[in-house]
Amino acid sequence: MRRWGLGWGTLIAAGMLAVAVLAVATAPLYAPQDPFNLASLRLLDSLDPPSFLHGGVKKFPLGTDAQGRDLLSAILYGARLSFMVGGLAVVLAAVVGVPIGLAAGYAGGALDAVLMRLADAQLAIPSMLVALLADGVARSVLRRSLLEAASVPILVIAIGLARWPHFARVVRGVAQLEGGKDYIAAARLAGISWFDAALDHVLPNVIGPVLVMFALTLGFAVMDEATLSFLGVGLPPTRPSLGTLIRLGNDYLLSGEWWVVVFPALALAIPVLAANLLGDTIRDRLDPRGHGRQIAQGRA
Amino acid sequence: MTLLAVEDLAIDLPRGRAVDGVSFTLNPGEVLALIGESGAGKSLTGAAIVGLLPAAARVGAGRILLDGERIDDLEEEDWEELRGKRISAVFQDPAAALNPLQRIGAQLAETLDAHHPLTEKVRRERVGDWLAAVGLPRERVRAYPHELSGGMRQRVALALALCPGPELLVADEPTTALDAPLRGQMAALLRHLAGRQRTAVLLISHDVQTVATAADRVMVMYAGRIVEAGTTAEVLRAPAHPYTEALLAGLPGLGPRRARLPAISGTMPLPGARLQGCAFHPRCPLVAARCRKETPELTPGAPACFFPRQPPHQSAVGARPLAAHG
Amino acid sequence: MILRLILLRLAQAVPVLLVVAALAFALGKFAGDPLTAALGPDATAAQRQAAAAELGLNASLPERYLRFVVRVAEGDFGFSTRLGAPVGQVIAERLPATLELAGVAFLVSLVIGIGGGAYTAVRRRARSTRLLMVGSLLGVSLPPFLTGTLLILLFAATLRLLPSFGRGEVVDVGGWTTGLLTAGGWRALVLPVTTLAIFQSSLLLRLVRAGVITAMASEYVRFARARGLSHGVVVRHALVNALVPVVAAASVQLGMLVAFSVVTETVFQWPGVGQLLVQSVAAADVPVIAAYLVLVALLFVAINLAADLLCLAIDPRLRGVRRGTAGLDAAGAGA
Repeated sequence: MRRWGLGWGTLIAAGMLAVAVLAVATAPLYAPQDPFNLASLRLLDSLDPPSFLHGGVKKFPLGTDAQGRDLLSAILYGARLSFMVGGLAVVLAAVVGVPIGLAAGYAGGALDAVLMRLADAQLAIPSMLVALLADGVARSVLRRSLLEAASVPILVIAIGLARWPHFARVVRGVAQLEGGKDYIAAARLAGISWFDAALDHVLPNVIGPVLVMFALTLGFAVMDEATLSFLGVGLPPTRPSLGTLIRLGNDYLLSGEWWVVVFPALALAIPVLAANLLGDTIRDRLDPRGHGRQIAQGRA
Repeated sequence: MTLLAVEDLAIDLPRGRAVDGVSFTLNPGEVLALIGESGAGKSLTGAAIVGLLPAAARVGAGRILLDGERIDDLEEEDWEELRGKRISAVFQDPAAALNPLQRIGAQLAETLDAHHPLTEKVRRERVGDWLAAVGLPRERVRAYPHELSGGMRQRVALALALCPGPELLVADEPTTALDAPLRGQMAALLRHLAGRQRTAVLLISHDVQTVATAADRVMVMYAGRIVEAGTTAEVLRAPAHPYTEALLAGLPGLGPRRARLPAISGTMPLPGARLQGCAFHPRCPLVAARCRKETPELTPGAPACFFPRQPPHQSAVGARPLAAHG
Repeated sequence: MILRLILLRLAQAVPVLLVVAALAFALGKFAGDPLTAALGPDATAAQRQAAAAELGLNASLPERYLRFVVRVAEGDFGFSTRLGAPVGQVIAERLPATLELAGVAFLVSLVIGIGGGAYTAVRRRARSTRLLMVGSLLGVSLPPFLTGTLLILLFAATLRLLPSFGRGEVVDVGGWTTGLLTAGGWRALVLPVTTLAIFQSSLLLRLVRAGVITAMASEYVRFARARGLSHGVVVRHALVNALVPVVAAASVQLGMLVAFSVVTETVFQWPGVGQLLVQSVAAADVPVIAAYLVLVALLFVAINLAADLLCLAIDPRLRGVRRGTAGLDAAGAGA
């Protein structure tokens, strides 16, 4: 570990993230309650304080929210939902973006110009805004009765559409690079078709950057989902994600039931901070001259 | 009266000692060249004299004296008093040396202003004069650096370094970034301008043509030490140290035409790679057992070598000039 | 040169805007009932027929699209049944609130970001620098709705020092409602502006710092010091040089500011255009959403153009003939 120059901060951050992911993935095995099962909730339990405070019960270690949901379970299940939505959204973004990027980079010319003009135009707008607008469009088009049931697909589509240009740009860059290389020309001269050359040579080189993009975008997608849910246009109160919980909890900020907001907020903030720290470190590692790291440490 | 005296200067890098036991003097108006391959420690020596050593480097031993006063241990604020007015420097890369966002006339005016407050009119005249002095048309005063060629930029840099009227100029590879035909011109310009103001020049270069054109005396540096010193004619035409001989022989344009330019095998040791004996011995064609054990010292008129190729120079000039100026 | 660039950019923007307008038009056509939007739900059949003819609903598709574009260009975005008012009017009413919030936050971020960036770059080992760096890392990492919520928790709920929602007292100055003229208005601004500014200034501070450090290590700084220019002058030059890539990045910043003010307005129930957008999306208010599609596209085209022009003004290297946009991309890539 020391050989890679990883400091304590990085290890702690990575560790916390790993714990978080593990905890969330195995949640159904140990969560005190299934918060999405509306039948299991009792309004009598609502707004109970955490178990370590006066008035709390052991059954609800972090307290309950306004619907009587155990906060710990709600957080765990909500995080699962966020990850699921985020993951699917990134897959959609990749499915749309990668072929477009490949086509643009490999074919070049007018097709490239048009596609990239579109991608750049969308990239100029923050993805959260794009997702919000896409969400609005989706909601306008669907019938009202379907809205709540369709909240997950709507979110996935909105966030996925907001993120495709990033994939397209990265892939286009690699495709351009690889497509221009001599061995491709050689293969073409040898009679191998355009398509086969692409498949055999360009694609393998594209997979690496795509995976990196995937990991990066996952974090952003989860943040976008949290933001949209917080705004009220994401996951509904019946199947809340962390963003929804925070929004619902906001109403009780001023009346003293602080746990309804604080615990979901911490559950969101800490992994985000850890991911950012990790991302910072990874970026510094990849910086060939070590310049960035030195700047970050205040040396340079 | 000696202008600059460097005594047993040693400069340390984290890896090890990069400059060791360097001593020389410089008189007003003299041009002293410091030649050697990359990594020999020439730039560090020059940087130490201007007080602009890189953050990782430290003066490990020795003294630097300007007009008899120590300057190697000054605080940054004291250095600001010295720089420009008394000691100036010009560096290698003309493209990067000028502020890209400022017109060259403005940069000249600003430098003049920093040292001699002048009226607007006089300052404008001086700026024009300097442009003319370095061979640029006066109309170019409103040009931006990127609008000029590399040669023109280096001329501007020279003007900027000299316009405050320093007593000493450290010129670190001033011609290296230029195309070969331009180097002679730049070297001649440097010598002319410095001579006009009686500015002493420490010319650091690995281009022999530049050195031959501009320098009065030459010092050869290898692995952080000075291995040979003398007048330009002595060192370039009759090199006494095997390294100098090999260095000059490997350069096109000097000496008899050869079908194949000889290369010196091996590489120069880096700082921290401490060798016993003479630093050059692994690569020296004349190496003997003594060279591996004892370190030869530089003496006036004779190189740091146990088997010099030439008898000691009659002038015994070496790294210190004749004491004619007292 | 500059004129050519402006024209080039505008020419590139027009197709994008038309595409967005087509999207908005399609949305309006398929997702809403334009007749109800225009007349309200109680119109008679005859009224609807008359309106249909007047609105040109019987015309061909391209013709209707053209009319739509013309109307939008004139500022007519249709009518929202939910709001009971013309969309354009509602947006115009809410604009001052958003502009004041975003404007003050932007100014604050600029001051803290540039000043802090320069300071932490020059005084690298100071304790205050270390503090600022940690603070900026936190500021960049936390999403604005979290910082906003935490700020409310601390200052409004616990300490009861500042209001947690609304704009406070506003004064109408010739059609522009401003909160800047009252103490209450300023108090209401503090928390929302802080929320916005924390993220912005942290990002800007780190950018400026990196830029200044790079600039200070550059050859022209070394040369400037060598010929005796004072420290202050040298830092000033380094700062200006460092700003070139920062300006390019600032346009992205401005975009993020717009996006985050949407969230901030929701957290603090600030009656601006951001809050309107969120409400309209939640309620699927079609005319408003369509209007925002066009407006957002317009806004970002304008932001990009402004950033390009600013880069041109600062960096003379970009003004060369035949540069087109290549030089600007290079300046942007430096960020």
